[in-house]
Amino acid sequence: MEIKSILATDCGSTTTKAILIEKIADEYRLAVRGEAPTTVEAPFEDVTKGVLNAVMEVEELAGRKLLNGDQIITPRNGADGVDIYISTSSAGGGLQMMVAGVVKSMTGESAERAALGAGSIVMDVLASNDGRKPHEKITRIRQLRPDMILLSGGIDGGTTKHVVELAEILAAANPKPRLGQNFKLPVIYAGNKKATENIKETLGTITDLDITENIRPVLERENLKPSRDKIHDLFMEHVMQQAPGYKKLMTWTDAPIMPTPGAVGALIEMVAEKEDISVVGVDIGGATTDIFSVFQKQFNRTVSANLGMSYSICNVLAETGLKNVLRWVPFDIDEKELTNRIGNKMIRPTTVPQSLEELVIEQAIAREALRLSFIQHKSFAVNLKGVQKERTISDAFEQTDSGESLVDMMELDLMIGSGGVLSHAPRREQSARMLIDSFLPEGITQLAVDSIFMMPQLGVMANIEKEDLAKDARKAAIEVFEKDCLIHLGTCIAPVGPSKSGTAVLTAELTLPGGSTERHEIKFGDIVRIEVPYEPVNAKLTPGKGMDIGAGKNETIETTIYGGVVGIILDGRGRPMTISTDPQQRIADLTKWSNAVNEYPEIKV
Amino acid sequence: MAHAYTPGLKVLHETIINKERRLPLKGTVTVEKGQAVTPDDIVATTDLPGNVQMVNVANILNIDAADIHEAMQVKEGMKVKKGEQIAETKGLFGLFKSNVEAPVDSTVEVISDVTGQIVLREPPIPVEIDAYISGHIQDVIPEEGVMIKSEGVFIQGIFGIGGESRGELATLTDSREDEISAAMITPEMKGKIIVGGSLISLSAYKKALQLQVAGVVVGGFNYFDLEEILGYTLGVAITGQEDLITSLILTEGYGKIRMGQRTFELLKENHGKFASVNGATQIRAGVIRPEIVIPLKKEELKGDQKDADASEGIQAGSLVRVIRAPYFGRMGKVIELPSDLRKMESETMVRVAIIEIDGENIDIPRANLEMVETD
Repeated sequence: MEIKSILATDCGSTTTKAILIEKIADEYRLAVRGEAPTTVEAPFEDVTKGVLNAVMEVEELAGRKLLNGDQIITPRNGADGVDIYISTSSAGGGLQMMVAGVVKSMTGESAERAALGAGSIVMDVLASNDGRKPHEKITRIRQLRPDMILLSGGIDGGTTKHVVELAEILAAANPKPRLGQNFKLPVIYAGNKKATENIKETLGTITDLDITENIRPVLERENLKPSRDKIHDLFMEHVMQQAPGYKKLMTWTDAPIMPTPGAVGALIEMVAEKEDISVVGVDIGGATTDIFSVFQKQFNRTVSANLGMSYSICNVLAETGLKNVLRWVPFDIDEKELTNRIGNKMIRPTTVPQSLEELVIEQAIAREALRLSFIQHKSFAVNLKGVQKERTISDAFEQTDSGESLVDMMELDLMIGSGGVLSHAPRREQSARMLIDSFLPEGITQLAVDSIFMMPQLGVMANIEKEDLAKDARKAAIEVFEKDCLIHLGTCIAPVGPSKSGTAVLTAELTLPGGSTERHEIKFGDIVRIEVPYEPVNAKLTPGKGMDIGAGKNETIETTIYGGVVGIILDGRGRPMTISTDPQQRIADLTKWSNAVNEYPEIKV
Repeated sequence: MAHAYTPGLKVLHETIINKERRLPLKGTVTVEKGQAVTPDDIVATTDLPGNVQMVNVANILNIDAADIHEAMQVKEGMKVKKGEQIAETKGLFGLFKSNVEAPVDSTVEVISDVTGQIVLREPPIPVEIDAYISGHIQDVIPEEGVMIKSEGVFIQGIFGIGGESRGELATLTDSREDEISAAMITPEMKGKIIVGGSLISLSAYKKALQLQVAGVVVGGFNYFDLEEILGYTLGVAITGQEDLITSLILTEGYGKIRMGQRTFELLKENHGKFASVNGATQIRAGVIRPEIVIPLKKEELKGDQKDADASEGIQAGSLVRVIRAPYFGRMGKVIELPSDLRKMESETMVRVAIIEIDGENIDIPRANLEMVETD
């Protein structure tokens, strides 16, 4: 079947967003979008109402019939309806899991990776060696009430004792699911095959136990996919069944409903694979920050549960400290006053910055939230398979603990930002600066934002498994992602190496789309923005003495780069970047950098 | 007429207050429908499952897990006393025996021959729920709890710490602009709920704690002082579990902010009456705000009640409070709700309300306004 139109919704905790994609002249494009408040909570308690409201808006804007009463018309019937309808969901707090493994840094971490990759929030990682006594673990399990538990531990054929011990702890806690009082808690066992019978004996009757392949069949290999798939299945079968209205919604969709972050991850994975590039994606929300990355073809996702811009804004302040926030603020402000202001944003989370000063402070905090989230991501996205040699247990322990991060900023090709503070910044230059300052890309990196957060819906589309739909749906996901979803901010070029003030760190010779050429010499500590639209620019980039822009020290690169709504940013501030601790110097530097990219209107202090 | 939904905090001089009092697990409801209750009356009780202790008997006795049943002297389901011997090895010719004693009074739940450990469950923990406010039992939820109905004053704060508390109201300041100073707090305040104007300093709050004041209701408190009270930096506004004698309720926010006029007047009018307060705050989906409930006697009711759950949107003429800088804390009247997006100084494009503040008309983002719901 040829797919001509696709309707997709994302049911968030507050808003349900619908998009309509149509095929026009052999190309899939976003036609219209609509949104409506999510209706999971009282008084409606039926998610489909919000979905219908959002679709109704799409219907009006598209000027054609998509609904027949309370039904989405699918498959298409002449000019009415759509070929497929799909949805993602993070309503009702999303998917919340607890994971368990024998060794925290090995099977514990693998289980965590599988759960995060499936789009879950990991509430806690239990492990035999996590330092907590059994009764402490039991209390914790009871307190948390997860949606499901992923239990792993041991390599296939190894000792069974520890993983059975963990199962006994789970059994003693007798955990109840968060939703649906009368249901048994879903537990996935993905550990040592040899222990399966014992696990069934211990957990078989009191939980809804599901057995899948070992997440870590041998020390040096992770096998996450079976667990991730199982999590998605159980999310549909159990968690979604308990959420108001989802039973009905599930019968409407042509593909399983995916947890929103799981779908975003799937899309990022697909883009990285198709383009053969390294990607970092970030979604900064009010309560949490999600980071997705693909480096060396390996996907990782982390959720920083309490680093967000409203509900958990004070936690950002607590974790980073006032000094780190203030280093991004180009004016003097009373510290007591500032902490009270941030506190007031936490208790009144829906307010927006009216004054420029408030905006600058909020974006300063965002830089820190992003920076801290990325530190967490880097320490989690580590390489397990680094050395392909026989090793002893102790080697493996060492490898995981000191495991080299997969995240290599010089290797990074594309960075995508989303979430209110990045997507809705009054000036795109602000989004670009926030991404650069907090992630510190090295060498040549493209920057983009997902302005209306379409990635979840595109992620489900890319993952449709029905044979007759899969090819077209994937094509549609890629085309819409490239043409409508991303707002290309431009490219950041940042040389790495030691230097000192006033020394040239980069010379860029650019041949712009019209054929004109420009030459820019960047000195250490400077930023230059060149306004170029999203079109190819031939660039000859020569690093200063001792500097590297990706080809090695002192090596010139000739390549094609792209501009964007912001343009090309030559960042000569060095990596790692330092900000002066002298307040006067700091303010002067920040103001200079802001003005160089036209970040803010003139700040009156 | 233009209309916008702007949630606000409730300041109601007379309303019906329905309080659900529910057990964490099923149990027994100890009151009947229609019965009058006072705050300290127990309305429901239950037993929470006891804590679990795990003892690795095989490790202690240095035996194989598979042999644990031979060494165990008690069976699954049996009750054991603290110090009671529960397992023993055969030893060598009956000598050099080693044994295991029960670490707590408990019931043997599981004996595992895979891991060699046993699971002991301690006795259940009784839980009681009190009425919290005075009123009548409106409804009984069988085995789970009750709904209590009361009539009186209902005031919501913006943020609080400490859980439920109760006591006589004592207004300490003459005006809503004055701070509560340490000197104002005297030993007579023990067990009372004290009310002040714009701020309570850290030292004054500490004195209230020391003198066992039941609660403080005030306009503001400094955010960074919370750390000293709580022992940690408050990262997310989810509170209520703090072990504090003195619950603290802020009506306006962090910093020195004069208490809303209506709030202050209402609390002052009820000086000397008995109030129940709860500092518990949850700013997430399913928001919970701290509250002050002053149940009134029949003869004190005027009969001009307002529904505590009714929430109106703002419209021209509404009284609103600005809840973000640069006009934070200012009150004003809505003049107009234009439908077009307007550009703020920050260049953010937002829907605004035009507010008259001190005779001047100012554009304020609607998101930065709070409806002042009074009656």
